[in-house]
Amino acid sequence: MRAVGVLALQGDVREHVSALNNLGVSSALVRVPADLVGLEALIMPGGESTAIAHLLKTSGLKDPLANALSDGLFVLATCAGLILMASNVSDGRSDQWSYSALDVSVRRNGYGRQIASFEAPLDVLGVGEVTGVFIRAPRIESVGTDVDVLATHDHGDGAHPVLVRSERIIGCCFHPELTSDTRIHQLFIDMVTSQ
Amino acid sequence: MSNGSSGTTGTARVKRGLADMLRGGVIMDVVNPEQAKIAEDAGAVAVMALERVPADIRRDGGVARMSDPEMIRQIQEIVTIPVMAKARIGHFAEAQILQSLGVDYIDESEVLTPADEANHIDKWAFTVPFVCGATNLGEALRRIGEGACMIRSKGEAGTGNIVEAVRHLRTINAQMRRLHTADAAELFALAKDLQAPIGLVQEVAELGALPVPMFCAGGISTPADASLVMQLGAQAVFVGSGIFKSDDPTRMAHAIVEATTHYRDADIVAKVSTGLGAAMKGAETATLEMRLAERGW
Repeated sequence: MRAVGVLALQGDVREHVSALNNLGVSSALVRVPADLVGLEALIMPGGESTAIAHLLKTSGLKDPLANALSDGLFVLATCAGLILMASNVSDGRSDQWSYSALDVSVRRNGYGRQIASFEAPLDVLGVGEVTGVFIRAPRIESVGTDVDVLATHDHGDGAHPVLVRSERIIGCCFHPELTSDTRIHQLFIDMVTSQ
Repeated sequence: MSNGSSGTTGTARVKRGLADMLRGGVIMDVVNPEQAKIAEDAGAVAVMALERVPADIRRDGGVARMSDPEMIRQIQEIVTIPVMAKARIGHFAEAQILQSLGVDYIDESEVLTPADEANHIDKWAFTVPFVCGATNLGEALRRIGEGACMIRSKGEAGTGNIVEAVRHLRTINAQMRRLHTADAAELFALAKDLQAPIGLVQEVAELGALPVPMFCAGGISTPADASLVMQLGAQAVFVGSGIFKSDDPTRMAHAIVEATTHYRDADIVAKVSTGLGAAMKGAETATLEMRLAERGW
Protein backbone atom coordinates (compact mmCIF):
# COMPACT_ATOMS: atom_id res chain seq x y z
CA MET A 1 0.00 0.00 0.00
CA ARG A 2 0.99 3.64 -0.35
CA ALA A 3 2.63 5.49 2.53
CA VAL A 4 0.24 6.58 5.26
CA GLY A 5 0.51 10.25 6.22
CA VAL A 6 0.99 11.29 9.83
CA LEU A 7 0.07 14.87 10.68
CA ALA A 8 3.32 16.08 12.26
CA LEU A 9 2.55 19.57 13.54
CA GLN A 10 2.59 18.65 17.22
CA GLY A 11 1.92 15.66 19.46
CA ASP A 12 2.87 12.00 19.64
CA VAL A 13 3.79 11.64 15.99
CA ARG A 14 6.73 9.31 16.58
CA GLU A 15 4.62 6.59 18.23
CA HIS A 16 2.24 6.44 15.25
CA VAL A 17 5.17 6.26 12.83
CA SER A 18 6.60 3.43 14.84
CA ALA A 19 3.26 1.54 14.95
CA LEU A 20 3.05 1.80 11.13
CA ASN A 21 6.64 0.68 10.89
CA ASN A 22 5.89 -2.39 12.99
CA LEU A 23 3.12 -3.27 10.54
CA GLY A 24 5.48 -2.91 7.57
CA VAL A 25 3.68 0.23 6.36
CA SER A 26 5.74 3.27 5.40
CA SER A 27 4.78 6.70 6.68
CA ALA A 28 5.02 10.26 5.41
CA LEU A 29 5.12 13.24 7.77
CA VAL A 30 2.65 16.00 6.93
CA ARG A 31 3.64 19.55 7.92
CA VAL A 32 2.85 21.72 4.87
CA PRO A 33 0.19 21.48 2.12
CA ALA A 34 2.56 19.85 -0.40
CA ASP A 35 2.92 16.87 1.97
CA LEU A 36 -0.79 16.03 1.53
CA VAL A 37 -0.56 15.49 -2.22
CA GLY A 38 -1.23 11.89 -3.23
CA LEU A 39 -2.13 10.63 0.25
CA GLU A 40 -5.06 8.24 0.61
CA ALA A 41 -4.80 7.84 4.39
CA LEU A 42 -3.78 10.09 7.27
CA ILE A 43 -3.27 9.65 11.00
CA MET A 44 -4.24 12.60 13.20
CA PRO A 45 -2.17 12.05 16.36
CA GLY A 46 -2.73 12.91 19.98
CA GLY A 47 -1.52 16.27 21.23
CA GLU A 48 -3.20 19.51 22.19
CA SER A 49 -6.15 20.09 19.89
CA THR A 50 -5.99 23.89 20.27
CA ALA A 51 -2.30 23.94 19.33
CA ILE A 52 -2.80 21.58 16.37
CA ALA A 53 -5.82 23.59 15.19
CA HIS A 54 -3.73 26.75 15.37
CA LEU A 55 -0.85 25.17 13.47
CA LEU A 56 -3.22 23.79 10.79
CA LYS A 57 -4.17 27.39 10.05
CA THR A 58 -0.69 28.91 10.13
CA SER A 59 0.82 26.10 8.05
CA GLY A 60 -1.81 26.57 5.36
CA LEU A 61 -3.00 22.97 5.82
CA LYS A 62 -6.47 23.73 7.11
CA ASP A 63 -8.31 24.09 3.79
CA PRO A 64 -6.31 21.55 1.76
CA LEU A 65 -7.04 18.99 4.49
CA ALA A 66 -10.76 19.87 4.38
CA ASN A 67 -10.67 19.27 0.63
CA ALA A 68 -8.83 15.98 1.04
CA LEU A 69 -11.46 14.87 3.58
CA SER A 70 -14.31 15.61 1.18
CA ASP A 71 -12.36 13.77 -1.54
CA GLY A 72 -12.43 10.64 0.62
CA LEU A 73 -9.23 10.67 2.67
CA PHE A 74 -9.14 7.83 5.21
CA VAL A 75 -8.32 9.01 8.75
CA LEU A 76 -7.30 7.38 12.01
CA ALA A 77 -7.94 10.08 14.60
CA THR A 78 -6.71 9.62 18.16
CA CYS A 79 -7.57 11.93 21.07
CA ALA A 80 -6.82 15.47 19.83
CA GLY A 81 -7.24 14.10 16.29
CA LEU A 82 -10.74 12.89 17.22
CA ILE A 83 -11.64 16.35 18.50
CA LEU A 84 -10.54 17.86 15.18
CA MET A 85 -12.65 15.36 13.20
CA ALA A 86 -15.78 15.67 15.35
CA SER A 87 -18.99 17.35 14.21
CA ASN A 88 -19.56 18.91 17.60
CA VAL A 89 -17.12 19.88 20.38
CA SER A 90 -18.10 21.07 23.86
CA ASP A 91 -15.94 22.56 26.64
CA GLY A 92 -13.54 23.89 24.03
CA ARG A 93 -12.30 27.38 23.41
CA SER A 94 -14.91 29.89 22.27
CA ASP A 95 -13.33 29.81 18.79
CA GLN A 96 -12.79 26.02 18.73
CA TRP A 97 -13.34 24.64 15.24
CA SER A 98 -13.32 21.14 13.82
CA TYR A 99 -13.71 19.47 10.44
CA SER A 100 -17.10 17.84 11.12
CA ALA A 101 -15.89 14.82 9.18
CA LEU A 102 -17.06 12.30 11.79
CA ASP A 103 -20.59 12.52 13.15
CA VAL A 104 -19.86 12.46 16.88
CA SER A 105 -20.23 14.94 19.72
CA VAL A 106 -17.22 15.08 21.99
CA ARG A 107 -16.48 16.87 25.24
CA ARG A 108 -12.89 18.04 25.60
CA ASN A 109 -11.12 16.71 28.70
CA GLY A 110 -14.38 14.89 29.36
CA TYR A 111 -12.82 12.62 31.98
CA GLY A 112 -11.13 15.47 33.86
CA ARG A 113 -7.65 16.84 34.29
CA GLN A 114 -4.39 14.88 34.15
CA ILE A 115 -4.78 13.41 37.66
CA ALA A 116 -7.90 11.64 36.33
CA SER A 117 -6.06 10.20 33.27
CA PHE A 118 -6.34 6.42 33.35
CA GLU A 119 -5.81 3.03 31.75
CA ALA A 120 -8.64 0.55 31.36
CA PRO A 121 -9.14 -2.73 29.51
CA LEU A 122 -11.48 -2.43 26.53
CA ASP A 123 -13.25 -5.06 24.50
CA VAL A 124 -12.96 -4.03 20.85
CA LEU A 125 -15.43 -5.48 18.36
CA GLY A 126 -13.64 -7.90 16.05
CA VAL A 127 -10.29 -7.35 17.78
CA GLY A 128 -10.59 -8.51 21.41
CA GLU A 129 -9.18 -6.98 24.56
CA VAL A 130 -6.91 -3.95 24.23
CA THR A 131 -5.51 -1.60 26.86
CA GLY A 132 -7.02 1.85 26.54
CA VAL A 133 -4.66 4.65 27.65
CA PHE A 134 -6.77 7.77 28.24
CA ILE A 135 -4.86 11.03 28.73
CA ARG A 136 -6.93 14.16 29.35
CA ALA A 137 -9.12 12.34 26.91
CA PRO A 138 -12.15 13.64 25.05
CA ARG A 139 -15.40 11.91 25.85
CA ILE A 140 -17.82 10.87 23.10
CA GLU A 141 -21.27 11.96 24.20
CA SER A 142 -23.28 10.93 21.16
CA VAL A 143 -22.77 9.34 17.74
CA GLY A 144 -24.65 9.77 14.47
CA THR A 145 -26.56 6.99 12.75
CA ASP A 146 -23.76 6.28 10.24
CA VAL A 147 -21.19 5.76 12.97
CA ASP A 148 -20.48 2.30 14.41
CA VAL A 149 -19.35 1.90 18.00
CA LEU A 150 -16.42 -0.56 18.21
CA ALA A 151 -15.70 -0.25 21.94
CA THR A 152 -17.28 1.27 25.01
CA HIS A 153 -16.06 2.05 28.50
CA ASP A 154 -17.99 2.41 31.74
CA HIS A 155 -16.43 5.16 33.84
CA GLY A 156 -18.80 4.52 36.70
CA ASP A 157 -21.70 6.24 34.99
CA GLY A 158 -22.76 3.84 32.25
CA ALA A 159 -21.10 2.53 29.10
CA HIS A 160 -20.28 5.13 26.46
CA PRO A 161 -18.35 4.90 23.15
CA VAL A 162 -14.55 5.26 23.11
CA LEU A 163 -13.77 3.81 19.66
CA VAL A 164 -15.97 4.54 16.66
CA ARG A 165 -15.89 4.02 12.91
CA SER A 166 -17.63 5.65 9.99
CA GLU A 167 -17.10 4.74 6.33
CA ARG A 168 -13.64 6.30 6.17
CA ILE A 169 -12.73 7.47 9.65
CA ILE A 170 -11.80 5.67 12.85
CA GLY A 171 -12.05 7.86 15.94
CA CYS A 172 -10.40 6.90 19.18
CA CYS A 173 -10.57 8.60 22.61
CA PHE A 174 -7.55 6.65 23.85
CA HIS A 175 -3.99 6.17 22.57
CA PRO A 176 -3.35 2.81 20.90
CA GLU A 177 0.01 4.25 19.79
CA LEU A 178 1.22 4.39 23.41
CA THR A 179 1.14 0.60 23.69
CA SER A 180 3.04 -1.95 21.64
CA ASP A 181 -0.28 -3.41 20.46
CA THR A 182 -0.76 -2.52 16.78
CA ARG A 183 -4.20 -4.07 16.25
CA ILE A 184 -6.07 -0.75 16.12
CA HIS A 185 -3.62 0.50 13.49
CA GLN A 186 -4.13 -2.80 11.65
CA LEU A 187 -7.88 -2.19 11.74
CA PHE A 188 -7.23 1.14 10.02
CA ILE A 189 -4.88 -0.34 7.42
CA ASP A 190 -7.49 -3.04 6.65
CA MET A 191 -10.11 -0.33 6.18
CA VAL A 192 -7.87 1.52 3.70
CA THR A 193 -6.78 -1.54 1.73
CA SER A 194 -10.28 -3.04 1.48
CA GLN A 195 -11.76 0.07 -0.16
CA MET B 1 -1.45 4.47 41.28
CA SER B 2 -5.05 3.89 42.18
CA ASN B 3 -7.17 1.05 40.90
CA GLY B 4 -10.87 1.35 40.40
CA SER B 5 -13.51 -0.43 38.39
CA SER B 6 -13.47 2.47 35.94
CA GLY B 7 -9.71 2.40 35.38
CA THR B 8 -6.26 2.83 36.90
CA THR B 9 -4.91 6.36 37.38
CA GLY B 10 -1.34 7.53 37.92
CA THR B 11 0.39 4.80 35.91
CA ALA B 12 3.82 5.53 34.45
CA ARG B 13 2.23 5.28 31.02
CA VAL B 14 -0.42 7.95 31.59
CA LYS B 15 2.11 10.18 33.36
CA ARG B 16 4.75 9.91 30.64
CA GLY B 17 1.99 9.90 28.04
CA LEU B 18 1.00 13.50 28.73
CA ALA B 19 4.62 14.52 28.11
CA ASP B 20 4.43 12.61 24.79
CA MET B 21 1.35 14.65 23.84
CA LEU B 22 3.24 17.91 24.42
CA ARG B 23 6.04 17.02 21.99
CA GLY B 24 6.73 19.49 19.23
CA GLY B 25 5.07 22.20 21.29
CA VAL B 26 5.87 25.24 23.39
CA ILE B 27 5.16 25.53 27.12
CA MET B 28 5.02 29.17 28.18
CA ASP B 29 5.58 30.77 31.59
CA VAL B 30 2.65 33.02 32.49
CA VAL B 31 2.05 35.13 35.60
CA ASN B 32 -1.63 36.03 35.16
CA PRO B 33 -4.78 34.95 33.27
CA GLU B 34 -4.24 37.57 30.52
CA GLN B 35 -0.84 36.14 29.68
CA ALA B 36 -2.26 32.62 29.82
CA LYS B 37 -4.84 33.61 27.21
CA ILE B 38 -2.18 35.14 24.96
CA ALA B 39 -0.18 31.91 25.27
CA GLU B 40 -3.12 29.68 24.38
CA ASP B 41 -4.13 31.94 21.48
CA ALA B 42 -0.60 31.71 20.13
CA GLY B 43 -0.74 27.90 20.08
CA ALA B 44 1.07 27.00 23.33
CA VAL B 45 0.59 23.33 24.30
CA ALA B 46 0.62 24.18 28.01
CA VAL B 47 1.27 27.05 30.37
CA MET B 48 3.44 27.20 33.48
CA ALA B 49 1.64 29.28 36.09
CA LEU B 50 4.04 31.18 38.34
CA GLU B 51 4.14 34.46 40.25
CA ARG B 52 7.28 35.88 38.70
CA VAL B 53 9.14 34.84 35.56
CA PRO B 54 12.74 33.76 36.24
CA ALA B 55 14.19 37.09 35.05
CA ASP B 56 12.20 38.86 37.79
CA ILE B 57 13.04 36.24 40.42
CA ARG B 58 16.68 36.86 39.57
CA ARG B 59 16.23 40.63 39.80
CA ASP B 60 14.17 40.66 43.00
CA GLY B 61 16.16 38.10 45.00
CA GLY B 62 14.65 36.69 48.20
CA VAL B 63 13.07 33.26 48.60
CA ALA B 64 11.06 32.11 45.59
CA ARG B 65 8.20 29.75 46.47
CA MET B 66 5.19 27.96 44.98
CA SER B 67 2.59 30.32 43.51
CA ASP B 68 -0.59 31.40 45.28
CA PRO B 69 -3.28 28.72 44.68
CA GLU B 70 -5.78 31.44 43.78
CA MET B 71 -3.61 32.60 40.90
CA ILE B 72 -3.21 29.01 39.66
CA ARG B 73 -6.99 28.50 39.82
CA GLN B 74 -7.64 31.64 37.81
CA ILE B 75 -5.33 30.39 35.09
CA GLN B 76 -6.92 26.92 35.15
CA GLU B 77 -10.28 28.58 34.60
CA ILE B 78 -9.25 30.67 31.62
CA VAL B 79 -7.40 28.12 29.45
CA THR B 80 -8.29 24.66 28.15
CA ILE B 81 -4.67 23.50 27.71
CA PRO B 82 -2.70 21.81 30.51
CA VAL B 83 -1.61 24.03 33.39
CA MET B 84 1.72 23.29 35.08
CA ALA B 85 3.12 24.82 38.26
CA LYS B 86 6.42 24.81 40.10
CA ALA B 87 7.29 23.36 43.49
CA ARG B 88 10.60 23.93 45.29
CA ILE B 89 13.18 21.14 45.08
CA GLY B 90 12.39 18.66 47.87
CA HIS B 91 9.26 20.51 48.98
CA PHE B 92 6.79 17.65 48.83
CA ALA B 93 4.15 19.60 50.75
CA GLU B 94 4.03 22.23 48.00
CA ALA B 95 3.71 19.37 45.51
CA GLN B 96 0.83 17.88 47.52
CA ILE B 97 -0.95 21.25 47.36
CA LEU B 98 -0.40 21.51 43.61
CA GLN B 99 -1.77 18.00 43.12
CA SER B 100 -4.80 18.89 45.21
CA LEU B 101 -5.36 21.92 42.95
CA GLY B 102 -5.41 19.56 39.97
CA VAL B 103 -2.44 21.01 38.10
CA ASP B 104 -1.55 18.80 35.13
CA TYR B 105 2.24 18.69 35.64
CA ILE B 106 4.52 19.75 38.49
CA ASP B 107 7.93 21.22 37.75
CA GLU B 108 10.27 20.48 40.68
CA SER B 109 12.28 23.50 39.78
CA GLU B 110 15.66 25.02 40.50
CA VAL B 111 14.13 28.39 39.58
CA LEU B 112 12.53 28.39 43.03
CA THR B 113 14.65 28.38 46.19
CA PRO B 114 15.41 24.74 47.15
CA ALA B 115 13.73 23.41 50.30
CA ASP B 116 15.95 20.35 50.78
CA GLU B 117 19.69 20.29 50.15
CA ALA B 118 19.94 16.49 49.90
CA ASN B 119 16.67 15.03 48.70
CA HIS B 120 14.38 15.66 45.79
CA ILE B 121 10.68 14.81 46.03
CA ASP B 122 9.70 11.12 45.89
CA LYS B 123 7.70 11.58 42.73
CA TRP B 124 6.43 7.98 42.63
CA ALA B 125 4.20 8.90 45.57
CA PHE B 126 2.11 11.22 43.37
CA THR B 127 -0.65 10.74 40.78
CA VAL B 128 0.29 13.98 39.04
CA PRO B 129 3.40 13.68 36.83
CA PHE B 130 6.60 15.66 37.41
CA VAL B 131 9.16 17.31 35.17
CA CYS B 132 12.67 17.97 36.51
CA GLY B 133 15.67 19.82 35.20
CA ALA B 134 19.04 18.25 34.42
CA THR B 135 22.44 19.46 33.33
CA ASN B 136 23.83 16.01 32.48
CA LEU B 137 22.74 12.40 32.03
CA GLY B 138 23.48 11.29 35.60
CA GLU B 139 21.25 14.02 36.98
CA ALA B 140 18.51 13.17 34.46
CA LEU B 141 18.58 9.48 35.44
CA ARG B 142 18.56 10.24 39.16
CA ARG B 143 15.42 12.32 38.62
CA ILE B 144 13.81 9.55 36.53
CA GLY B 145 14.76 7.10 39.28
CA GLU B 146 12.81 9.31 41.70
CA GLY B 147 9.81 9.18 39.37
CA ALA B 148 10.17 12.16 36.99
CA CYS B 149 8.19 11.58 33.79
CA MET B 150 9.78 14.31 31.72
CA ILE B 151 13.29 15.77 31.76
CA ARG B 152 14.17 19.28 30.66
CA SER B 153 17.56 20.86 30.32
CA LYS B 154 18.06 23.42 33.08
CA GLY B 155 19.76 26.01 30.96
CA GLU B 156 20.23 29.19 32.94
CA ALA B 157 16.71 30.48 33.53
CA GLY B 158 15.94 34.16 33.25
CA THR B 159 19.05 35.09 31.28
CA GLY B 160 17.74 34.95 27.72
CA ASN B 161 21.05 33.26 26.95
CA ILE B 162 20.84 29.87 25.26
CA VAL B 163 24.44 28.83 25.92
CA GLU B 164 23.79 26.79 29.07
CA ALA B 165 20.83 24.90 27.59
CA VAL B 166 22.98 24.01 24.59
CA ARG B 167 25.71 22.78 26.92
CA HIS B 168 23.23 20.62 28.84
CA LEU B 169 21.62 19.12 25.74
CA ARG B 170 24.97 18.39 24.13
CA THR B 171 26.28 16.84 27.35
CA ILE B 172 23.24 14.59 27.77
CA ASN B 173 23.37 13.56 24.09
CA ALA B 174 27.10 12.78 24.23
CA GLN B 175 26.69 10.75 27.40
CA MET B 176 23.78 8.80 25.88
CA ARG B 177 25.85 8.03 22.77
CA ARG B 178 28.63 6.75 25.01
CA LEU B 179 26.22 4.38 26.78
CA HIS B 180 24.73 3.24 23.49
CA THR B 181 28.14 2.08 22.24
CA ALA B 182 29.36 0.60 25.55
CA ASP B 183 29.39 -3.17 26.11
CA ALA B 184 27.38 -4.73 28.92
CA ALA B 185 30.32 -4.96 31.35
CA GLU B 186 31.27 -1.29 30.88
CA LEU B 187 27.79 -0.15 31.91
CA PHE B 188 28.42 -0.90 35.58
CA ALA B 189 31.43 1.42 35.76
CA LEU B 190 29.63 4.02 33.65
CA ALA B 191 26.66 3.91 36.04
CA LYS B 192 29.07 4.57 38.89
CA ASP B 193 30.63 7.52 37.04
CA LEU B 194 27.20 8.93 36.24
CA GLN B 195 25.96 8.27 39.80
CA ALA B 196 22.85 6.85 38.19
CA PRO B 197 20.78 3.70 38.82
CA ILE B 198 22.18 0.77 36.82
CA GLY B 199 18.74 -0.29 35.56
CA LEU B 200 18.18 3.08 33.94
CA VAL B 201 21.73 3.15 32.55
CA GLN B 202 21.06 -0.21 30.89
CA GLU B 203 17.75 1.08 29.53
CA VAL B 204 19.38 4.17 27.99
CA ALA B 205 22.14 1.99 26.52
CA GLU B 206 19.50 -0.15 24.87
CA LEU B 207 17.21 2.69 23.67
CA GLY B 208 19.92 5.20 22.79
CA ALA B 209 17.58 7.76 24.36
CA LEU B 210 15.99 8.63 27.69
CA PRO B 211 12.98 6.48 28.65
CA VAL B 212 10.96 9.72 29.08
CA PRO B 213 10.65 12.76 26.80
CA MET B 214 13.48 15.30 26.94
CA PHE B 215 12.49 18.94 26.54
CA CYS B 216 14.58 22.11 26.59
CA ALA B 217 14.29 24.97 29.08
CA GLY B 218 16.41 27.89 30.16
CA GLY B 219 17.34 30.82 27.95
CA ILE B 220 15.15 30.37 24.86
CA SER B 221 14.26 33.85 23.65
CA THR B 222 13.99 33.77 19.84
CA PRO B 223 12.50 31.47 17.16
CA ALA B 224 16.07 30.64 16.14
CA ASP B 225 16.83 29.47 19.70
CA ALA B 226 13.82 27.13 19.52
CA SER B 227 14.96 25.75 16.16
CA LEU B 228 18.50 25.27 17.50
CA VAL B 229 17.51 23.23 20.54
CA MET B 230 14.95 21.16 18.61
CA GLN B 231 17.69 20.28 16.11
CA LEU B 232 19.89 19.32 19.07
CA GLY B 233 17.33 16.72 20.09
CA ALA B 234 14.92 18.54 22.40
CA GLN B 235 11.38 17.30 21.80
CA ALA B 236 9.60 20.47 22.94
CA VAL B 237 10.55 23.78 24.51
CA PHE B 238 9.77 25.71 27.66
CA VAL B 239 9.93 29.47 27.26
CA GLY B 240 10.12 31.40 30.50
CA SER B 241 11.03 35.05 30.43
CA GLY B 242 11.64 35.03 26.66
CA ILE B 243 8.08 35.82 25.63
CA PHE B 244 6.68 38.26 28.15
CA LYS B 245 9.99 40.14 28.51
CA SER B 246 10.19 40.78 24.77
CA ASP B 247 8.94 43.92 22.98
CA ASP B 248 5.91 42.26 21.43
CA PRO B 249 4.92 39.15 23.44
CA THR B 250 2.01 38.14 21.19
CA ARG B 251 4.14 38.09 18.05
CA MET B 252 7.07 36.47 19.83
CA ALA B 253 4.78 33.74 21.19
CA HIS B 254 3.36 33.01 17.72
CA ALA B 255 6.82 33.03 16.16
CA ILE B 256 8.36 30.62 18.67
CA VAL B 257 5.42 28.22 18.25
CA GLU B 258 5.88 28.23 14.46
CA ALA B 259 9.64 27.80 14.72
CA THR B 260 9.26 24.85 17.11
CA THR B 261 6.94 22.99 14.73
CA HIS B 262 8.88 23.79 11.57
CA TYR B 263 12.31 23.76 13.22
CA ARG B 264 14.04 22.12 10.27
CA ASP B 265 12.51 24.46 7.70
CA ALA B 266 14.83 27.49 7.70
CA ASP B 267 12.56 29.37 5.27
CA ILE B 268 9.70 29.27 7.77
CA VAL B 269 11.96 30.11 10.74
CA ALA B 270 13.38 33.04 8.74
CA LYS B 271 9.89 34.28 7.94
CA VAL B 272 8.64 34.18 11.52
CA SER B 273 11.87 35.78 12.80
CA THR B 274 11.37 38.84 10.61
CA GLY B 275 10.40 42.15 12.24
CA LEU B 276 9.74 40.72 15.69
CA GLY B 277 11.07 43.67 17.65
CA ALA B 278 13.60 43.22 20.42
CA ALA B 279 13.94 39.91 22.22
CA MET B 280 14.47 40.11 25.98
CA LYS B 281 17.67 41.91 26.84
CA GLY B 282 19.30 38.95 28.52
CA ALA B 283 22.46 38.45 30.51
CA GLU B 284 25.94 37.08 29.96
CA THR B 285 26.06 33.96 32.11
CA ALA B 286 29.77 34.34 32.94
CA THR B 287 28.98 37.42 35.04
CA LEU B 288 25.99 36.02 36.95
CA GLU B 289 26.05 36.13 40.72
CA MET B 290 23.44 33.38 41.12
CA ARG B 291 23.54 30.27 38.94
CA LEU B 292 20.21 28.47 39.19
CA ALA B 293 21.44 25.42 37.26
CA GLU B 294 23.70 24.51 40.19
CA ARG B 295 20.67 23.88 42.38
CA GLY B 296 19.59 20.22 42.56
CA TRP B 297 21.67 17.15 43.29
